[in-house]
Amino acid sequence: MKDAIAARLAGVVGRDHVERDPQGMPRAVPDSTDALAQVMALAHGEGWRVRVEGRGTWLPGDAPADLALSTRALDRVASVTPADLVATVEAGAPFDLLRRRLADDGMFLALDPPGRPERSIGSVVATATAGPLRQGFGPVRDHVLGLTVVTGDGRVVRAGGRVVKNVAGFDLAKLQIGGFGGFGIVTELHLRLRALPRADRTLLARGTRDRLTLAGRELTAARLAAHAIELFSPTLAAEPDWVLAVRLLGTDEGVQAEAGRLRSLTPELAWQDLPADRAAPFWHLAARAMLGGAITLRLGVLQDGLDDALDLVAGMLDEGLVAAGAGAAAGLRWSGEAQAETLRTLRRHAAAREIPMTLERAPWGLRRALGHFGAYREGVGQLVGRLRETFDPAALLSVALEGADA
Amino acid sequence: MTSPALRAALARVVGERWVRHRRAELATYTMDGLPTHESWPGTVVLPGTRDELVAVVRALHAAGVPFVARGAGTGLSGGALAGEDAVLVALTRLNRILAVDPVRRRAVVEPGVVNARLSDATLPHGLLYVPDPSSQTACTIGGNVAENAGGPHCLKAGVTTNHVVELLVVLPDGTLARLGSRHGDQWGPDLVGLFVGSEGMFGIACEITVRLEPVPPAIHTLLADFPSLRGASEAVSAVIASGIVPAALEMMDQACVRAVESSIYAAGYPTDAAAVLLVELDGQPEAVAAERAEVEAILRRHDARSVQAAESPADRARLWQGRKKAFGAMGRIAPDLAVQDAVVPRSALPDILDRIAAIRDRYGLSISNVFHAGDGNLHPNISFDRHDAALAHRVKEASREIMEACVAVGGSISGEHGVGNDKIDYMPLIFDAETLGCMLAVRRVFDPAERANPGKVVPRRACREWACTPAGRGEVVAAGGTA
Repeated sequence: MKDAIAARLAGVVGRDHVERDPQGMPRAVPDSTDALAQVMALAHGEGWRVRVEGRGTWLPGDAPADLALSTRALDRVASVTPADLVATVEAGAPFDLLRRRLADDGMFLALDPPGRPERSIGSVVATATAGPLRQGFGPVRDHVLGLTVVTGDGRVVRAGGRVVKNVAGFDLAKLQIGGFGGFGIVTELHLRLRALPRADRTLLARGTRDRLTLAGRELTAARLAAHAIELFSPTLAAEPDWVLAVRLLGTDEGVQAEAGRLRSLTPELAWQDLPADRAAPFWHLAARAMLGGAITLRLGVLQDGLDDALDLVAGMLDEGLVAAGAGAAAGLRWSGEAQAETLRTLRRHAAAREIPMTLERAPWGLRRALGHFGAYREGVGQLVGRLRETFDPAALLSVALEGADA
Repeated sequence: MTSPALRAALARVVGERWVRHRRAELATYTMDGLPTHESWPGTVVLPGTRDELVAVVRALHAAGVPFVARGAGTGLSGGALAGEDAVLVALTRLNRILAVDPVRRRAVVEPGVVNARLSDATLPHGLLYVPDPSSQTACTIGGNVAENAGGPHCLKAGVTTNHVVELLVVLPDGTLARLGSRHGDQWGPDLVGLFVGSEGMFGIACEITVRLEPVPPAIHTLLADFPSLRGASEAVSAVIASGIVPAALEMMDQACVRAVESSIYAAGYPTDAAAVLLVELDGQPEAVAAERAEVEAILRRHDARSVQAAESPADRARLWQGRKKAFGAMGRIAPDLAVQDAVVPRSALPDILDRIAAIRDRYGLSISNVFHAGDGNLHPNISFDRHDAALAHRVKEASREIMEACVAVGGSISGEHGVGNDKIDYMPLIFDAETLGCMLAVRRVFDPAERANPGKVVPRRACREWACTPAGRGEVVAAGGTA
């Protein structure tokens, strides 16, 4: 069967674009949206189940399927338009390649997702995993102007556009951003860029967890113009204490003034100015630390519930690898090991506080049991079910949104 | 025509006085902000509570009758117009601000709350609701959600979709769905993002939770005037490319400036300028001061004749009044105004304005431009008299040419006004048959019978067929769950 599938795939994308995964499962690695759509059309015709992969750095490649489909060869930065601050990028492009390419033109994509530097941009979008910069630049959805997606039956849908403001037609792209691939495979993205700021400063303070979350509230109340206010656990920061990291971007004068305000607002904290050559590695290591455990999850908690949510995580899981927005932007991210039953209980406790828990990354057994999202709110499950049927009529995309025991 | 039985059923829900069907009563509801489309609804019903709204939608579902939700009727794409076979559900009585939470920076409102009234209510807490359409003193938050409305201050802070975190919606079959969460992170896929901008075709949002933003500590407003339109638009591109993101960056051409200056909204704009730019910077004082110096230098480098700054809040209000009331001021030029809305990549602004001028001259029309230059969101407005059939035809032809020119440089057919019925024929200019078919299929997920605002946005004839989803998989486990 595996050989037969591999042969049929080779017939569609060419032998050079078919390989085997470590378990011997055929993997198609198409290098164009059209070729990827042909693979899905073939799978749809044959009823083969498909596991979607990016560059293999985030979700483990363990979803049960008849074939794997990787976006790895869709790795071109198709166009960059500095005057419009817009780029068009294929979904399999590594994040760090894109970063370097944009920096050459004096621009950046204001996302700093967890994971490895070479993580694919498609994976960041499909899982909607934003990092500390969401404080200043918003969630992943705010950076995507348009995208191309291939559905479970091989249709090619081109949602949105390449301009920064656009309300023509329904906003189909939103469903794909954070849809975990359950509604199709994103193959190309139009991204909103920013000009690289002239000044980029990172300041760190160390202390007890409660003192630092309090500082986050104080800085928010004083409206500090920070682009990241992120709290890191001692294990994550590899330090004896909790660490609060603040990132200030902008003009030299503006950043200078905000750094001064930061110090005067929290005089009892000893803020350390990280030199530029240490700031970038600091943020990269923090992003990478979220791969420290087999599981990564996020809790959509706001600032006023953060202490309580941190207690909940520490009590039910552990205080190991934790990063949390201590400013106005929501979100606590944890990585580690846990049993399904524990995660289920955590999700229930979080739900009682009106906090959604999203399983961002876990082995298939846990994903299947819990789902990325778990149970839905009033009236939503039916809509999601029908949307999945619309985008994947034969249910071939091997993605567990809801979980077996929802 | 609405059947007497349905009218009676609706009256039992909302009371006789809130069901309107006589011709004189319906006249108010036959147009929105566009003078080019007119349509008489069968009946207008005005529910006064969420429960009444749900009961109304259920009655319409039971009767199998189409409906159109409507806020203040300020829309500019014919989106809130209903045909004779449909019932228009006016939401203006659902106008309560249900909660303001200054700690979490959230407000919960009913759909009929007027945009400007929300910020009035949150300002005492030092917070505001940022999206500010020019019609904000009249338009409703529910309408803003349906259209994904923008406004001058959306350049830095984003449009409606960036400010809505949770929606309680009545689906067309009368069931309720709670999308998103007050915290901003979602319980599932981003259905809030999908719903915002669906132009009333997915259901009716009956409770809307929005994000509030702190009032900026420093605001600086500049007015620059230019001897040429091209110089002004090149200055816009240069500001954007500099990395400074102004809170607002608006342009008005000479025709617009003259209309404003000869109206009661006169703001002191120089009437001999080819174009003026209104630039607003906000943030912490030091950052704003630094940006101000840089922006002024850029403007002068692009031949701004003068750059004046608002020295007081009253000054600032005056500079903005001219911009926000520009559409009203154009009423002086001709009885009717075809308000256009298109988007181009910002680098294409100088060329596209030349193209529009050429189209204007060829058709012998009067066009004034007032628009969100920082976003590349154009509003070329054509003044005319709709009773002059030949002129109205030229307006239509010119509008289409302008739209095609914008699409040709990589733009879009709407930045903030929506598609409605006005732009439905332009949709195939930017979307292929597969994508249009997908839109229709997604609409059927929310509204299998296609009764909510029928016939808008998606041109059915241009769609490739997608399978309908009659029953759906319901709450069935994820695709991989059976492995």
